Amino acid sequence: MQARPDPHDLLVILRHGPHGSSWLKEGLDAALVAAAFGQRVALLFMGEGVTALVRDQQVGPLGQKGTAPTLEMLAMYDIETLLVDAPSLAQFGLSPEALMLEVTCVSSEALPALLAGQRQVLTF
Amino acid sequence: MRYAILLMGAPYSDQASHSALRFAHAVLARGHRLEAVFFYHEGVHNAARLAAPPQDEPHLVDGWARLAAEHGVALQVCIAAALRRGLLDEREAARHGKQGSSVAAPFELSGLGQLIDLSTRCDRLITFGP
Repeated sequence: MQARPDPHDLLVILRHGPHGSSWLKEGLDAALVAAAFGQRVALLFMGEGVTALVRDQQVGPLGQKGTAPTLEMLAMYDIETLLVDAPSLAQFGLSPEALMLEVTCVSSEALPALLAGQRQVLTF
Repeated sequence: MRYAILLMGAPYSDQASHSALRFAHAVLARGHRLEAVFFYHEGVHNAARLAAPPQDEPHLVDGWARLAAEHGVALQVCIAAALRRGLLDEREAARHGKQGSSVAAPFELSGLGQLIDLSTRCDRLITFGP
């Protein structure tokens, strides 16, 4: 990924998994509302956040709604830029093909320029 | 500059709320305008009307209220994050059939849209979280 003017108004960084806390859910809620307000939103999954994208997630047993249904709605909100931190993906032994949505991997080298080019970043 | 703060840490659980309040005063002391503090995630607990910390500790809830009274800073609490954590103003308490309310002015329950509005309207939106 080259350092270039980013076409997005807001980058939402998601660093928590779908269970164990409400960070991911509340981060996605903020992204959806921003998109509904006409903002061009990109998501960056980092750290444990990459596990949000693992296929075939179940809901219910933990008393939580889960976030997979929300991720499936992203396209409806025109949130189509889904970025994944490549080292995080490797750390969890995942490949882009194992994920429920099509993503763009971002290398460690490209990350600083990506972040520096953002107008607004919210981290969850 | 026009600033806004996004606070996502619970008071007394971690440093975020203390730091955010100190940052708010620093911003104002430098002559900037602080439009609003938006409370989200566990930050909504900063709006707990019934908070009763020991007298030798800073009273964060009162600290925010003073900030609003003295500097006209809006205190906006995400309603979705607040309701599920038991933080209701009188109107929401009545709507949900609850006795008593746990949020009062100058805190106001508000939507995430307000956060997005602040992010576009202000020069800087600074996040504090655990």
